[in-house]
Amino acid sequence: MDFGGLFVILVGSILVNNFVLSRFLGICPFLGVSKQVETALGMGMAVTFVMTMAGILTWAIQVVLLDPTSSIFTMMGIENLDLRYLQTIAFILVIASLVQFVEIFLQKVSPTLYQALGVFLPLITTNCAVLGLAILNIQYEYNLLEVIVHSIGGALGFSLAIVLFAGIREKLEISNIPAPFKGFPIALITASLMSMAFFGFAGLV
Amino acid sequence: MEFQNIAIAGLSLGAMGAIFGAVLAYASQKFAVEIDPRALAIREALPSANCGGCGYPGCDAFANAVVAGEAPINGCPVGGSECTAALAQIMGLDAAAGAKQVAYVLCNGGKSHARYQYDYSGVSDCRAAHMLHGGDKACRFSCLGYGTCERACPFDAIHMNANGLAEVDPEKCVACGLCIEACPKDVIGYVPYGHEVIVSCNNKERGGHVKKDCGVACIACGICQKNCPHDAIHVVNNVAIIDYNKCTSCRICVEKCPTKAIVG
Repeated sequence: MDFGGLFVILVGSILVNNFVLSRFLGICPFLGVSKQVETALGMGMAVTFVMTMAGILTWAIQVVLLDPTSSIFTMMGIENLDLRYLQTIAFILVIASLVQFVEIFLQKVSPTLYQALGVFLPLITTNCAVLGLAILNIQYEYNLLEVIVHSIGGALGFSLAIVLFAGIREKLEISNIPAPFKGFPIALITASLMSMAFFGFAGLV
Repeated sequence: MEFQNIAIAGLSLGAMGAIFGAVLAYASQKFAVEIDPRALAIREALPSANCGGCGYPGCDAFANAVVAGEAPINGCPVGGSECTAALAQIMGLDAAAGAKQVAYVLCNGGKSHARYQYDYSGVSDCRAAHMLHGGDKACRFSCLGYGTCERACPFDAIHMNANGLAEVDPEKCVACGLCIEACPKDVIGYVPYGHEVIVSCNNKERGGHVKKDCGVACIACGICQKNCPHDAIHVVNNVAIIDYNKCTSCRICVEKCPTKAIVG
């Protein structure tokens, strides 16, 4: 077992190829749900859960159904069948169902957490970071263990970025900002500065 | 072969959808959260304006609050008596429906009556004008007439009249309170729908200078109070207040008021 390789994937997905700040995926919740550290943390948790589950499930679907070499159709004797073009729609189906399931499950099991996350949970369905992660997992030809590590790492990177950003935005609320920059303009500038800062990790892995 | 490929693709995607659908259907059964059926029924009976006039974030929250007994059944100002009756039936309560209330601008000191202390030429917004020495009108309590309430009203029920004052259309008003919140002068209040005698002044000072600032101001002289045969009007905080439960709209106060501050 190659723990070194896994560690590189973990650090790489959290810091170097941060989903928000380097790949520019999942910008919508990053800007939308980052006014308070507390809600940002909740969003990070929900995304972490969904991303990990979605990463594993989409990988399984890719291997079982879509890959031409190892799909169940090959075992059934149907040759020359390449279903990889179904990747996007199949993955979106998985993610949407998963989010729906998580919502139903949370409502029953932990109403408090459901209340806290409430609005953000359905938002994850259209979070491109989740779909991006699922597709990247396939592109990098990861195995199951690597998929899990990459998914958790990517989600933690997302949480890290959104919580840091929320912290800065809380400070921005009470600072003296020129009127034209108040609100979203200064938030966008801050996000780009954070992105540049994270590019400093580029040589790490 | 081509057709077979398409069929397999369609079928496998359909099968995935069916499996996920089945899992979700099972999950929603298994993890079903019991919702009070009354909450759903109440939600149906509400007008779905989501205006927040009841003080809750929206119709859903209000429905839950009614079921929990936290909100009164006549708490929805938009639905009016019909809505209250429907809610009363659902909750099994008596429809002790409160009379419909409408907003009313408690100021009659328009351009022709009010004295101006300076020429305001800033943004046409009451809140902006209010920041400059309380607005351009000499009376500190008056309607400034720059239409902040008009823009705040989602029901098109409040408009500026020719005299430069805000005027509420009682037919359209649903008493959601958004204009009351928007008004920097606090000059808008609730009155019972259809009530004809109203003290149209909000000036809480007394004496001669009130009269100088506005021709139709209540100067807190107390003549209405002395002449009311039903003990329905009192001077409180230097402004006459009508007790709408006692008032019979006899209009004696309207006639006696020396400044014509009472309309009716």
